[in-house]
Amino acid sequence: MNKNSWILYIGILIFGLFAPFIFPAFKVQLSILCVLIVLATTWNIQGGEMGYNTFGNILFYGLGMYLCASVQVGMFFPLAEWTESGGEKTFVHTPSQFFQGMAAGLVVAAVVPTIVAGLIGYAILGLRGHYFAICTLGLGVAAGEISGGIEIIGAGQGFTTPPFPNIGGLEARGEFFYFLSFGALVLTFIAVRAIYTTRFRLILNAIRDNEDKAEAMGIETMKYKITGWMISAFFCGLAGGIMGGLVGYIDSTDVAFDGREMGVFMVLMAILGGKGTLWGPIIGATLFHFFKEGFWTFFLGWQYVALGVLIVVIVIYFPEGLMGWLREKYPERFGEVVDEADRKAQVELK
Amino acid sequence: MDFLVFQYPMITIQACLDGLLLGILFALIAYGMALQWGVMNIINIAQGDLVILGGYIAYFMYLYGIHPAWGVIVSPIIMYFVGIAIYKLVINKVVDRDLFISILATFGISILFMQLMNFAFGADVVLANSGYGTTMLFDNNVVLPNSKIFSAFISIVFAICLVVYMKRSKLGRAIRATAQNARAAKILGVDTEKVYAATFGINAALCGVAGALISITFTIHPYMGLPYTIRSFMIVIVAGLGNLPGVAMSGMGLGIFEEFADYILGTEFRIGSVFLLLVLILVYRRFKLSRKREYLK
Repeated sequence: MNKNSWILYIGILIFGLFAPFIFPAFKVQLSILCVLIVLATTWNIQGGEMGYNTFGNILFYGLGMYLCASVQVGMFFPLAEWTESGGEKTFVHTPSQFFQGMAAGLVVAAVVPTIVAGLIGYAILGLRGHYFAICTLGLGVAAGEISGGIEIIGAGQGFTTPPFPNIGGLEARGEFFYFLSFGALVLTFIAVRAIYTTRFRLILNAIRDNEDKAEAMGIETMKYKITGWMISAFFCGLAGGIMGGLVGYIDSTDVAFDGREMGVFMVLMAILGGKGTLWGPIIGATLFHFFKEGFWTFFLGWQYVALGVLIVVIVIYFPEGLMGWLREKYPERFGEVVDEADRKAQVELK
Repeated sequence: MDFLVFQYPMITIQACLDGLLLGILFALIAYGMALQWGVMNIINIAQGDLVILGGYIAYFMYLYGIHPAWGVIVSPIIMYFVGIAIYKLVINKVVDRDLFISILATFGISILFMQLMNFAFGADVVLANSGYGTTMLFDNNVVLPNSKIFSAFISIVFAICLVVYMKRSKLGRAIRATAQNARAAKILGVDTEKVYAATFGINAALCGVAGALISITFTIHPYMGLPYTIRSFMIVIVAGLGNLPGVAMSGMGLGIFEEFADYILGTEFRIGSVFLLLVLILVYRRFKLSRKREYLK
């Protein structure tokens, strides 16, 4: 890591720490952006690095959301009565209860999806190509449908997460969730960056390029695939737990296991930025969030139409993403050795 | 949860018959999916939305006072052109690309269609009343709506017509040739671009027929598309590509499974159980295939 990138990282960190005070009106949007970046970055571990295009990371996101809220409520009050009352103020968390519950909830929300990923990984990750994509799509939708039928977590009527305690009002709530999600983002970035400098990334890339050959070279691909999925699940669960508290209300198919929205968003963000790069998903998520908020504000009602068109356009005309496009344009900046004569010949060919 | 289904044999018969008639419809949709999968190597996530769109065409005819059964003729004709339009606009750009690209592109189309239908027809659950009445069997213990029998009959007629068409006609031969080897077909003078467009159009037309039948036998709703896609995908992977009797059998099996899941687990878990079954089938298939790979080792 050279000096310039250190300056960049520290600059971004300082900006991140002061952002809610510079843009006080956009605290919630910035928190959502942090969550989106976490989701896109972790999707990239599968879709970009490993070549396993999953729609199923939404499973861990929704699981984390439900688990965090359930633990936060269940530690102090009977869960069934809470969901039964539908957010009526029968039970009120004291501030210390709220924060303790949140801390415990986030730990559970991160750990349990990781274990789930490890358990189902052996069965699911053996599928290849489109079978894997459709299977994970089915997994996400099935989870949504099934959690919509379970009474104790609110079934069809939804689950109201504990409201923020009455200290400091809306400002304090926004700052709390912003720093929580920003913390998750920093944690994710550090972890993913650390992973990407090791042999692990090379193995994942080998699996993407040719799995059989990687196996023939003596790599136990299944072990690495499961580990990669577990890392994703950890951060997806964490992001889901934070998002549940931020939104304040969990619905099985519209908020938690929202394969039609969040499940596709994370794929799109990574593709828009350029999959298989460290910065691609981050840039893609930021751009996408701007686009999306624009759509949601200006085309209210038509946002899904715009979204559908956007998906088709990105996928058809922009499958390599922003980073891929930059890489083709300025290969030297990405540390690729370019043969001048070869390049000239290619330009002439074009 | 109740287990009435085990206590009263009549309910079992009812569920089986319902499932069979439903499964024939699923098989029709799955046949379209198998066709385009085999020929173009594309999995169309928007398949279910095409079905629902076909259903709305029949529903509109019903609203304007025409008997919805005529939708079986009108809807495929309109849907054929819708299919061709989708092919020209989107699919022909993703045909020979990575499979995931086509899945994602059709996912986009699916979201687009879902929302457009929501705007155009409203978010209500609707059905076109055919007024066919019901048939009572076994001492009035088993109730079969005639519309279900009608829809199963029409599905079989369309399936047979299609099989004959694929065997006899020139276009059918071209489609089969392209499915076997697109490059060789091209060399021998088959306009593969046209074949692809026709395949997608035929698939959409089949979806139109199925949709029209669904609108008179069950209900339609703009957001109900994805389960139909998943069902047809499941039927195709169980039966294998190009195995028509297999498609029919596994379609009926799926229909019966769904009816029993409905009775045993409850209606709220019906769709969930379909998706779970898909995951289980894929996982089973994965272990079966991995055993095969071990032989090779």
